Amino acid sequence: MSILINKDTKVMTQGMTGKVGQFHTLHCKNYANGANCFVAGVTPGKAGQSYEGIPIFNSVMEASAQTGATVSVIYVPPPFAAAAIDEAVEAGLELVICITEGIPVHDMLRTRHKMQGKKTLLIGPNCPGLITPDEIKIGIMPGHIHRKGRIGVVSRSGTLTYEAVWQLSELGFGQSSCVGIGGDPINGMKHLSVMKLFNDDPDTDAVVMVGEIGGSDEEECARWIKSNMQKPVVGFIAGITAPLGKRMGHAGAIISGGQGGAEDKLAVMEECGIRITRNPAEMGKMMKHVLKE
Amino acid sequence: MKIHEYQAKEILRQYGVPTPRGSVCFSVDEAIAVAQQLGGPVWVVKAQIHAGGRGQGGGVKVVNSVQDVGTRAGEILGMQLVTHQTNAGGQLVRRLLIEEGVQIAKEYYVGMVIDRSKQCVVLMASSEGGMEIEAVAAHSPEKIHKVWINPSSGLTDDEADIVAQQMGIPNTVLVQARVCLQGLYRAFMEKDAMLAEINPLVLTADQNLLALDAKINFDSNALFRHSEIVALRDLDEEDPAEVEASQFGLSYISLNGNIGCLVNGAGLAMATMDIIKLYGGMPANFLDVGGGASKEKVTEAFKLMLRNPNLRAILVNIFGGIMKCDVIAEGVVAAAREVHLKVPLVVRLEGTNVDLGKKILAESGLPIISAGDMADAAAKVVTAAKGA
Repeated sequence: MSILINKDTKVMTQGMTGKVGQFHTLHCKNYANGANCFVAGVTPGKAGQSYEGIPIFNSVMEASAQTGATVSVIYVPPPFAAAAIDEAVEAGLELVICITEGIPVHDMLRTRHKMQGKKTLLIGPNCPGLITPDEIKIGIMPGHIHRKGRIGVVSRSGTLTYEAVWQLSELGFGQSSCVGIGGDPINGMKHLSVMKLFNDDPDTDAVVMVGEIGGSDEEECARWIKSNMQKPVVGFIAGITAPLGKRMGHAGAIISGGQGGAEDKLAVMEECGIRITRNPAEMGKMMKHVLKE
Repeated sequence: MKIHEYQAKEILRQYGVPTPRGSVCFSVDEAIAVAQQLGGPVWVVKAQIHAGGRGQGGGVKVVNSVQDVGTRAGEILGMQLVTHQTNAGGQLVRRLLIEEGVQIAKEYYVGMVIDRSKQCVVLMASSEGGMEIEAVAAHSPEKIHKVWINPSSGLTDDEADIVAQQMGIPNTVLVQARVCLQGLYRAFMEKDAMLAEINPLVLTADQNLLALDAKINFDSNALFRHSEIVALRDLDEEDPAEVEASQFGLSYISLNGNIGCLVNGAGLAMATMDIIKLYGGMPANFLDVGGGASKEKVTEAFKLMLRNPNLRAILVNIFGGIMKCDVIAEGVVAAAREVHLKVPLVVRLEGTNVDLGKKILAESGLPIISAGDMADAAAKVVTAAKGA
């Protein structure tokens, strides 16, 4: 078991004919059961062509109807990426993962408004994607650092997620699923919605939650954890040393109006029973410690 | 992206929001000419820098004669204006806004930002104008009224009228308030703003609403469709190192410490700064080289960090995913040679092709200190910085 995706998931790539889309689709196809999972690509005007044996369609609707794909991963450039999400939502897909970084915030506001009342779940944008080790990888993370196991990982970051996963794997803790929810201020699934799925997943024993400065998603998740979570959670927040009012690389990583600071988040998380560490080199060790108790 | 007050007011005027008459000036002569054109009896001389708190720092003066406009303009132009938002050295004033003075009966606050939790635009309005909204939120949150705006309908007449009444704006000027609020909203939406504030919005003695001060920040990701906003950029107001970094596709932010760090990925870059502090050091910068860190990019990143006179050591922390460690290692070696690196360099590599990467570093003949994990790297770089 896992959350959101598994070896039977059928995926299409939107923006598969671009350099980035091709590169990562190939890596994903070559990971675990990827050859059976990556069944379609979408690029308007290129129907009938194929890439690495994966057929290309003009629209998400067509790709879904022809191949049964219910999940889409998006590598479309920023000016057109929100429209790509809209198309996948209108086609009724179950899950859309948007890797693209740099989408205008107002585009995402419009897209999120249109998604209200629709069944489609969104991960990202500006995220590494998600992986269920030894089954399927959808996104840009290095597959080989992951091990199959029973720890869930949810994070707003890319390489910092890899760091957490690597620490877990080194200590012998495999992962059930790892979800990168992205570093943008307006995004799809939050820490909270992913945490609920991990709580309900019989094959997840504990969760590593990695956050960063900006917004209040970590606090909202922490408050839910306090009264609902039945599994231990280890937490880290990046940006204790970040100055006020500066965007730290990610569009959403900014302490504004005195809100979204790392210390405040850590305080709420600790108060809600999350086992926090202030040392990013010890996320794995903290998990080991917690599981021994 | 930030702009000056006079530019924000120009945008607001395009959307029908009234402001005092005035003009930007770059010299005392220009200031006097503008003052004469505006006519008296009262003028305001306002320093134009991107930081807030200009009044308290002595950058805003009300004067009663054209001669005093000249005197004050001479004092303010060229001063290092220190406010709570600048660094300790302050910001050099190169531009002034000369405006007609107005008789203020009452000050209000209106602002718009994006509510990340509710995922929509929120209008914040308050009877407490002229002070920072954060201070109002801390002391009297009940005085801040919020409207979460439905993007399908926009800010409706009813919503505008109700919030204006909550702010205590007299019924006689409700129509004017509606014009101001809806104009602000349209500007916010059409210009891809992240923040737009009128603080204060004033009711004048002769019962007119005016935007006395204005601030608009824009979404950098949307500038590709706003050449008119890009044209307003004032590079003098930005950190030269950050501007240069952006030209090379690097994300760089100057900090106060003495340990430079070069990292791939924003989250890991922040975590690297944090662990340096945890081990007793202070980071000199945030630097994310991104996913495709070529030799050229790494070299530019080294040059940027080395321009900081406080720099005592450098920590390179790379988690190689798609970007392979051997490619990064070659980039680091080449960059260290090209810049004739004099400060200690600690390198931590992990991920794809890590062994090959470490071999390249070891065989380079450069005095690179290799680290096993982040904790080891932080301990080593802090020690190295103290010894240097």
